[in-house]
Amino acid sequence: MDRDVAQALLRTMWRIRLFEERVAQLKRSLQVHGLIHLSIGGEGVAAGVCGQLRDDDAVYSGHRAHGHAIAKGAPINGVMAELMGRADGICKGLGGSMHLVDAEHGFMGATGVVGGNLPLALGTALTQRLNKTDNVTVVFFGDGAVQAGHFNESINLAALWKLPVIFVCENNGFAEFTSRAEHSTVERVSDVVAPYGFERETVDGSDVPAVHDAFAKYLDKARAGNGPYLLECLTFRRRGHYEGDPEKYRDPEAEREWLRRDPLARLTERAVEQDWIGSGATEAIEREAREEIEEAVRFARDSPFPDPQTTAALVYAQ
Amino acid sequence: MTETTFVEAIAKTLATAMRADERVIVLGEDVAEGGPYLATAGLAEEFGRERVRNTPISEGTVCGVAVGAAQSGFKPVVEIMFIDFITLALDQLVNQAAKAHFMSGGQLNVPLVLRTQGGSGQRNGAQHSQSLEAWLTHVPGLKVVMPSNAADAAGLLQTAIADPNPVVFVENKSLYFRRETVPNPPPPVPIGQAHTLRPGNDITIIALSRLVGDALEAADKLAKEGVEAEVIDPRTLVPLDLETLAQSVKRTGRAVIAHEAVNAGGFGAELAAQLQAAAFDYLEAPIQRVGAPYTPVPVSPPLEDAYRPGAREIEASARIALEWGEYDAEPWEHGAIATPQTTR
Repeated sequence: MDRDVAQALLRTMWRIRLFEERVAQLKRSLQVHGLIHLSIGGEGVAAGVCGQLRDDDAVYSGHRAHGHAIAKGAPINGVMAELMGRADGICKGLGGSMHLVDAEHGFMGATGVVGGNLPLALGTALTQRLNKTDNVTVVFFGDGAVQAGHFNESINLAALWKLPVIFVCENNGFAEFTSRAEHSTVERVSDVVAPYGFERETVDGSDVPAVHDAFAKYLDKARAGNGPYLLECLTFRRRGHYEGDPEKYRDPEAEREWLRRDPLARLTERAVEQDWIGSGATEAIEREAREEIEEAVRFARDSPFPDPQTTAALVYAQ
Repeated sequence: MTETTFVEAIAKTLATAMRADERVIVLGEDVAEGGPYLATAGLAEEFGRERVRNTPISEGTVCGVAVGAAQSGFKPVVEIMFIDFITLALDQLVNQAAKAHFMSGGQLNVPLVLRTQGGSGQRNGAQHSQSLEAWLTHVPGLKVVMPSNAADAAGLLQTAIADPNPVVFVENKSLYFRRETVPNPPPPVPIGQAHTLRPGNDITIIALSRLVGDALEAADKLAKEGVEAEVIDPRTLVPLDLETLAQSVKRTGRAVIAHEAVNAGGFGAELAAQLQAAAFDYLEAPIQRVGAPYTPVPVSPPLEDAYRPGAREIEASARIALEWGEYDAEPWEHGAIATPQTTR
């Protein structure tokens, strides 16, 4: 792996990790509002995928969206302010954690309804095709979305229309509180799409270079006008479904498994070992990310709550 | 002026919009074949199957594709063949289309038109005959229009396609094939502007879609007895031109609201509530509502005919409002279908 790429991945992953940890704290002190779904454990997928995209490529995400938004280039100050319900939030405080949008950087939106983002991604991919660009659309979803009707409809239509869309499934083994085994008899999401005949692969989502390389292969082909593709990344959901989830379903062994599957620790170790980065430099990346997050918290706290007039003013576009 | 039908007006307006703007695309089940009512006839031949896209029977995803395309700069016109199937598209319409502009803090626009048609009268039964527009008026972020004639259909469709918001365009299958005379070319009709079809000072009849024709028929009948009914077609439910309606009711003091949908929870209830708030001191009689009974649409011809509200029911309701206070009126029930006591 290229040194610059490895370092960029580490930088993005630290920003997401520390952002999410800080949000967990802020949620406990009621500074961050609503249902909060953290992506700790999935940073490698967000970074490995979004890091290869351009601003004019589109990304859709679901309810666990902070990492994808940040990796796609959404300003961290604006994201933090959005979670804190402030006027300077990227959605003016009207979207919140589950509905982040940063159109300028091609983050076309998170949606809080599981599977509801899949058709939207097809629509954007259709415009990319009709505009004859080399842009692609990526849609992130979890293994829980695969059992939703929209998933089946969307993979069929994407295959039928050969849209330049890359489905990225973060399979963390849980749909909300319930394990995949209790939701479906099909263990691998990549197997679900097999009859539709498009290329697909399952990779270890904690192995960031593997995610990066697998996605790069599909990205090249999609840019050339092919598609769709499906990349299934097996990830470890470090936190509950949402912050405050009692996690009664959690296996006590999970803590030990985390040590094995933490994508950030694994990439750091590998990067040092492969000399992609000097050992002192990893701490500098962490420190810079931490400063950036604290600055974002300050920015958000300084931002006022939105004017109540905003609510009615934004129901319809003028 | 030229002679046409409602569906021809729709197809022509779509073609004109597609000629004028490459971003206008049409998608839905069988649209490239013209659809079962020929509302998209000829489009695939002129614009090709990339811009006129047949889709699988996947209403949810097809509606979502239109939303995604709209928020990426296109102007899709998506067809849901029967409004009964909008149930399958409601997540994308209600949770995505209606809220994208709002939730993104104004970053995204969804210039989408969802065309669909409802209404009874063709013996299609309970799953292909409903009038479900009231559900959609309950969702902030959607606009809901309901033209009653070919000229308004052409005019409102032009405006709906140009609108930066999601517009649900509700047609009525009973209106599709009547010969009508329309201006050529038909002028655009602003969304949110009611149309007074017949002036009168004695009573206001507010009718939606198919019931507009029935209202005019009832008004003609009343006129023979010297009663002048004002007939107004709101044309768009959201946004609603309350001012025109309220001004008329303030002048006449009496109102009948007529639509084909089930009365309970129908848009007439909302209209009555808004009108009584706006014109309470001017009312000489309770606002009357004409709508379908609280049952699914039956299929057997005599039962469906009895179910369908029309001119006779409007006239009867108008008489109640006109005669209010002259004697103790029995509660009026239209049609032969009794409302089940257990439910209402």
